[in-house]
Amino acid sequence: MSVFILRRLLQSALVMVAMAMIVFFGIHMVGDPVYMFVSPDMDQADIDQVTRALGLDRPIWEQFWAFMTSAIQGDLGRSFVFGESALGLILQRMPATLELAFSALLLAVVLGIPLGLYAGLYPDSKTSKTIMAGSILGFSLPTFWVGIMMIMVFAVVLGWLPSTGRGDTVDVFGVKLSFLTLDGLRHLALPALNLALLKISLVIRLTRAGTREAMLQDYIKFARAKGLSRNRIVGVHLLKNILIPVVTVLGLEFGSLVAFSVVTETIFAWPGMGKLLIESIQQLDRPVIVAYLMMIVFLFVIINLLVDVVYSLLDPRVRLADRGN
Amino acid sequence: MKSIKAPLVRAVFYAACSTVALAGTAAAEDITIGVASEATSVDPHFHNLGPNNQLGFMIFDRLANPDERQNFKPGLAVSWEPVNPTTWEFKLREGVTFHDGTAFNADDVICTFERAPEVPNSPASFSTYIKGKTFEKIDDYTVHVKTEEPYPLMVNDLGNIAIISDEGGCNGTTEEFNSGVASAGTGPFKFVEYVPGDRIVLEGNDDYWGDKPTWDTVTIKPIKSGPSRVAALLAGDVDVIGGVPTTDIETLKARDDVTLSQGVSNRVIYLHIDQFRENSPFVKANGGGDIKNPLMDQKVRLAISKAISRELIRDRVMEGLSIPAGQLLPEGFFGVSENLEPETYDPEAAKALLAEAGLPDGFELTIHGPNDRYVNDAKIVEGIAQMLNRVGIKAQVETLPRSVYFSRASRGADGLPEFSLILVGWGAGSGEASSPLRALIATNNPDKGMGTANRGRYSNPDVDAVIEEALSEVDDAKRQDLLAKATEMAIADLAIIPIHYQVNTWASRKGLSYIPRTDEYTVAYGVVKD
Amino acid sequence: MSASDPVDTPTVTDTTEAQTATVDTPLRRFLSDYCDSPLAVGAAVVLFLIILIAIFAPWISPQDPYDLAVVSIFDARMPPGSYAMDGTPFLLGTDGAGRDLLSAIFYGLRISLSVGVAAGIIAIIVGMSVGLAAAYAGGRTENLIMRVVDLQLSLPAVLIALILLAILGKGVDKIIIALVVAQWAYYARTVRASALVERRREYVEAAACLGLGHARIVFRHILPNCIAPLIVVGTVQTAHAIALEATLSFLGVGLPPTEPSLGLLIANGFDYMLSGKYWIAVFPGVALLITIVSINMVGDQLRDVLNPRLQK
Repeated sequence: MSVFILRRLLQSALVMVAMAMIVFFGIHMVGDPVYMFVSPDMDQADIDQVTRALGLDRPIWEQFWAFMTSAIQGDLGRSFVFGESALGLILQRMPATLELAFSALLLAVVLGIPLGLYAGLYPDSKTSKTIMAGSILGFSLPTFWVGIMMIMVFAVVLGWLPSTGRGDTVDVFGVKLSFLTLDGLRHLALPALNLALLKISLVIRLTRAGTREAMLQDYIKFARAKGLSRNRIVGVHLLKNILIPVVTVLGLEFGSLVAFSVVTETIFAWPGMGKLLIESIQQLDRPVIVAYLMMIVFLFVIINLLVDVVYSLLDPRVRLADRGN
Repeated sequence: MKSIKAPLVRAVFYAACSTVALAGTAAAEDITIGVASEATSVDPHFHNLGPNNQLGFMIFDRLANPDERQNFKPGLAVSWEPVNPTTWEFKLREGVTFHDGTAFNADDVICTFERAPEVPNSPASFSTYIKGKTFEKIDDYTVHVKTEEPYPLMVNDLGNIAIISDEGGCNGTTEEFNSGVASAGTGPFKFVEYVPGDRIVLEGNDDYWGDKPTWDTVTIKPIKSGPSRVAALLAGDVDVIGGVPTTDIETLKARDDVTLSQGVSNRVIYLHIDQFRENSPFVKANGGGDIKNPLMDQKVRLAISKAISRELIRDRVMEGLSIPAGQLLPEGFFGVSENLEPETYDPEAAKALLAEAGLPDGFELTIHGPNDRYVNDAKIVEGIAQMLNRVGIKAQVETLPRSVYFSRASRGADGLPEFSLILVGWGAGSGEASSPLRALIATNNPDKGMGTANRGRYSNPDVDAVIEEALSEVDDAKRQDLLAKATEMAIADLAIIPIHYQVNTWASRKGLSYIPRTDEYTVAYGVVKD
Repeated sequence: MSASDPVDTPTVTDTTEAQTATVDTPLRRFLSDYCDSPLAVGAAVVLFLIILIAIFAPWISPQDPYDLAVVSIFDARMPPGSYAMDGTPFLLGTDGAGRDLLSAIFYGLRISLSVGVAAGIIAIIVGMSVGLAAAYAGGRTENLIMRVVDLQLSLPAVLIALILLAILGKGVDKIIIALVVAQWAYYARTVRASALVERRREYVEAAACLGLGHARIVFRHILPNCIAPLIVVGTVQTAHAIALEATLSFLGVGLPPTEPSLGLLIANGFDYMLSGKYWIAVFPGVALLITIVSINMVGDQLRDVLNPRLQK
């Protein structure tokens, strides 16, 4: 197993270097950040000075080399816009994004599994049909559109919940968390639900499909024949077996939640790293864009590795080995 | 309309409830301000950028502080005057202390002007305002500033620079400003906390030398999207917002729980015209063939100006929030001409002029503009293109995000401005007419800092001479006349085609209002209780 | 589709045991299965109408919304049901630049659908070739290809597209590239999975023994059996592509304003949400919604029909 993990990590490092290279060179072809920052009444000498200060006067290869050498030491460059360490900026905003993503994940499980179970157990009932139609809607509704509508309805028309921002936070070991205050929770509700919507639908469908298949399996038939109560069959035998795929998928989907938070954060002005990415793209803050990508690829590598390991623990039939053979 | 009214009435009700609740729980002396752009740093010298200057206005003082009309009022200097043609004397205010308790004196001024142009990693420093000047401490409360040539705009330049403390600030890094270690100023508000992306918190400085601040705690929240900012105000999350989108003003006006404050800005929205290339890249003959650049013909430029109904743009695009422009700055600013009126809309005359210029059937043209920079920029460009089509100029539109627009508009692949006809805006940072004249009208000469934003490359040596003369004329009355004269000459040449001056809107909950500023900033001391 | 192909016949008997997704039922059976759900039939009809609108937009729109000689800001922000000066009705109102919203939606559908479908087709071609190559080649090549596919699938499509567009800039071609890059791996995985199953079948081995060429085996025998899952994945992914394009355009990194897809129309309308001019954002949003929902419902039904495991 350790050989497997080591190999995976090595491959991942390779991937990260390749990604960094593609993005670094690609992003240098878009626009000229100097003209984003200088005020138009500056003279040429000042503009040249800015170009030098941002290190953009050097040839691109040299810039890449400088980036790589300091990246190895954990320094992913300095934001053009903020003048601070790009990695620092991202880490600073990461707790907000992770909090949002975890809340969405929680919502997806809490709402998705019971609804999916119901739809799977009683596939022909009216309620189930409604649930499934709702899940198609959840899949189809673009996140950004739902977000706008949520602000419209809950914040503006009804005035129940705040429209944007993060609200009060509590410091826990130096990390700011908002779910521990009422104000924070109120701010969290809409964006978390917005982000969760897609995943709720996904969990509903996974659970339903799993339930329907499992109900045809011999072990359920056997349990039924043995006269076990329906609750026990569903609660123990069924749930245990359908949880494995749900857990795996949700684990993998956590990364996609982090990625999709870009959209939600932009609409709800949630101060996370997704909003930072969009703003950095708009302002051509190249170091932050590159650093974000490196971070997120790293995050994904870790998540995938964890999911594989957990999966193997949950299901002893799965052996950790390189797939594809 | 009926269906939408019902929820709105309910919204008023709920918003009213939440306002009452707010007044009941929180102290009335706290306000939350929603702003469009976030300051990127608390360090006032890190980046010469609107949102950063806006923040700096609250925490720091300048030698002279610009008021809401950008007139310079005594700040940390109580008076200034030229003692000889090349030396200005600033008398400093006594008895002022920084937020960290240290006393203010000439040493702080000297170290500020040493640090401001030299901040590491600065994406655009304040060196423009400081270069060519030498600073000398005469005594603790007197400073002399010397230049090579007579320089009338001394206060306008130095009024841009926030004064920091030589004990804490001058050696501070940008990070130390952001964390609060180095960020002591002398301004009406003290820095408390900076949570990037979320909020900046300030508290009132009870020892302020000027008018005592009304607010105990000020929370500034960046909310980038206009509609979200309005939603936040209506939901009671913020008390005041700046940059109210024109689209929402009609609705907000109809509500009695919201107060609107409006004022004209120093920003002129105008067209820059390629008048230096025989072959302009985005001008084509009808059918797409090459054509000698018709924009070089003054008649054609006049035809374009006459084809544009500035009133229609004001009424239908800006929803009434613009003032048709005939020159570079609205009336009331120093250096504007009293003889210039906006061009009158006359499509028939425009067609006649085109015919006179030998182009009775017009030509093809692509107009470029930004789509995320000025109020309704993309819609203005589209409106202009529609009107040009009405007089026979087959205009197409391409709008670009500012991240690519401005670099291409200034310097395309060959180092020259890339477009033929562009929509741009210019805000006179100095609060008088030399700023746009120098940057937009003067012949492009980046080494001398002239015509730096002259993206049409208009060039008239006679106009240049008048501008140069104005820039070294210390006598205010004479300078006013010279600036007005240069403006009149440039407008007569159609160096640029002014469209309108932006009118900015702030909205606040009932009981508050905002003193509109021509520099478009939203500052806490501008929020007043009714 | 290949029911007349004699070599296909053995698979009919095979299917029930091997439990694989193959479209071996006659067309009629497929149709009658599909028509089991009236909802799905409705969705198919709606989808067909939408496609017709998209194709014939320039001919059926009341106005050419992008001809600046026709559109006038004088008509800006008119509510649904109002009339222009010359008496042309604006059924769904006008937007901030004075264009007829109905026409703008028709044109927007055209752009959104063509981007989604173009991206889908290219992604299918790329994914299919890679998947087939992997399945047929086997060994190290397959291993390497599938590693790349796995890696790609582990990154969310929205992120890949976002980063790509940050690098490439805006444009129709660029967003198509971004969507293809974000989605090809789904097809590759699907095709490889079904191809692998087919490759090990006796009839393929028999064909190989008969000395039939690689190309013939792949295209005549393996590929037809991959079609069913491809159709299912294809419909769902096309819906995704359309939604993704709208999202990216809304975020301001997708299409330029000169190519106003539904996403851009919604983004423009977002500015008017609070001012009571709901129609500018709501109607394009509804159009987008109907499009995506109908594609997804058709896709859903296809999956149920084409997946024999769920057939009672």
